[in-house]
Amino acid sequence: MNHWIILPLLLPALVAPLIALAVRHDIVLQRIFSVSSTVILLVLGAILMGSTASDPVQSYHLGNWIAPFGIVLVLDRLSAMLLVLTAGLGLAVLLYAINGWDAEGRHFHPLFQFQLMGINGAFLTGDLFNLFVFFEVLLIASYGLMVHAGGAARMKAGVQYVTINLVGSGLFLIGVGLIYSVTGTLNMAHLATEVGRVDAADRALLEIGGLLLLLVFAVKAALVPVQFWLPGTYANAPPPVAALFAIMTKVGAYAIIRVYTLIFGDDAGASANLAGPWLLPAALVTMVIGMAGVLAARRLGEAVAFAVIGSMGTLLAAVSVFTQEAMAAALYYLLHSTIAGGALFLIVDLVNQRRTGYTDWLRAAPPFVHTGFIAALFLLGAMAMTGMPPLSGFIGKLLVLDGVRESSYAVWIWGLILGTSLLAIVGFARAGTTVFWKSAAVGGYLEPARPLAPALPFVAVGILLGASIVLTAFAGPVTVYLDTVAEQIYNPSGYIETVLPTSGHPEGVRP
Amino acid sequence: MELLVASAIGVIMAAGVYLLLRARTLPVVLGLTLVTYAVNLFLFVTGRLTVDQAPVLNQGHESFADPLPQALVLTAIVISFGMTAVIVVMALKSYVESDSDHVDLDPQDDGEADS
Repeated sequence: MNHWIILPLLLPALVAPLIALAVRHDIVLQRIFSVSSTVILLVLGAILMGSTASDPVQSYHLGNWIAPFGIVLVLDRLSAMLLVLTAGLGLAVLLYAINGWDAEGRHFHPLFQFQLMGINGAFLTGDLFNLFVFFEVLLIASYGLMVHAGGAARMKAGVQYVTINLVGSGLFLIGVGLIYSVTGTLNMAHLATEVGRVDAADRALLEIGGLLLLLVFAVKAALVPVQFWLPGTYANAPPPVAALFAIMTKVGAYAIIRVYTLIFGDDAGASANLAGPWLLPAALVTMVIGMAGVLAARRLGEAVAFAVIGSMGTLLAAVSVFTQEAMAAALYYLLHSTIAGGALFLIVDLVNQRRTGYTDWLRAAPPFVHTGFIAALFLLGAMAMTGMPPLSGFIGKLLVLDGVRESSYAVWIWGLILGTSLLAIVGFARAGTTVFWKSAAVGGYLEPARPLAPALPFVAVGILLGASIVLTAFAGPVTVYLDTVAEQIYNPSGYIETVLPTSGHPEGVRP
Repeated sequence: MELLVASAIGVIMAAGVYLLLRARTLPVVLGLTLVTYAVNLFLFVTGRLTVDQAPVLNQGHESFADPLPQALVLTAIVISFGMTAVIVVMALKSYVESDSDHVDLDPQDDGEADS
């Protein structure tokens, strides 16, 4: 048993209370602990990703209880890759936030660590109920981060955010309960072997449970018709927090990929491919609404939030085809859209801090400090996000278009991806022109309200944009790796055999 | 018995959803509480409605009360209780800061500069 698997959970779980209790009065020590912990998480993620090269699926049985009865963590290529992505994005956001955002309110760093723990847990768990628990861990940390630094609008948006997620949690539990009531297990690997044998009479209950889970994951992934919470939340959250939240929508996407390929995948008998017919139309509408929202946005933050919705639509449209090629493309797009979304939210904050009195409203205002440089960063971020060559968004969308060619709905997916890309380009061009170019015509000069931090915020944005460039330059090796990840997703027997004892599967507790 | 429990859960859930859709925070919080009650009851009965059963799997017993939903519902109660406390505090803070307990965001201005 590989004990490294539990460290991505243990480390933040120990560092967070340490920061909250021992060094809560010393912001410098908090920053040191928080950054070190995130750096170690990144190294751990890389080590775990390396270990999946030789040993593609590894399971960790807590307390050494055998699988369907005990709690199990599972590391496979998909979860290892997402651990690295989480820690990398977390590190960039943290480097940005330690320039002042973290001191605007209390307990930023403990909440940040708990957030990372929840996300890592959601990626590692091999059990539906623990997926619920880790969702709650990451959500409760996100509630605190969302209202960090306070303010009336932020608090109101925070209440809405908590409400929608509590309703989501309720639906999650009903779905989990329905699935348990007919299969007698919640272990994902065990469920994968059990759902095919559920009685025809109970199948309706099982499928309602499965589709309720899809609805819950859709809330997390901001899919139409449950995407409405995202613009208000992301545009009102502190921008560095919104940048971290770029990974949270991907937790929803991960859960969809995991549950509907492993449990309700091709081997699920009569319930096979449960999600496909619902996911595809929802993803297509999400794409349109998201990118149209970019065009309609009144603030730069809103435009980025809608672009995140649109990118989730593109990502899940590729997932909804449920083929190995489309999945590999979707994973590339997932990596890219997380990085691009995070970078753009940080750039929004760079603008916010400098446009005194105008913040990120899309109105012409006088030039501000570093207008030209930030405009260049925004251009790069927007090019990546909208999918213009040569950055990773272009390659991502190209791979998605190529991956869905076999689908019978390929025409729809092609048409909408290309059409909405145009909408997004126009929307971002309009936003960038208003904020950056028109400033020259207005004349005058905006002094920042507060002294600006030195170079570190630009380093943080540079790391994310650099990651997008690396993703472009090494697109070949990355896609080769993602092919192996997608291959593993579509061959769940390795996953199931590793988690469950080798002597066949144990009988469910209820016949 | 099944019909009674099922319809009771349904009525609680319906009342919760109705309150959730109100415009002010207090009914919304109460609605959330009712929804979580309904969910917890639902989770509890996924182990089937049984009486006079052995509490755990035991040799010699043909049937038994399923212990897992009870463990699940315990976790769910703890989490929903904590979450309710969080939203009460946030609703209160939101009321204090914006002087209004409406759930909707304030209509935003058009970004006119203060200066």
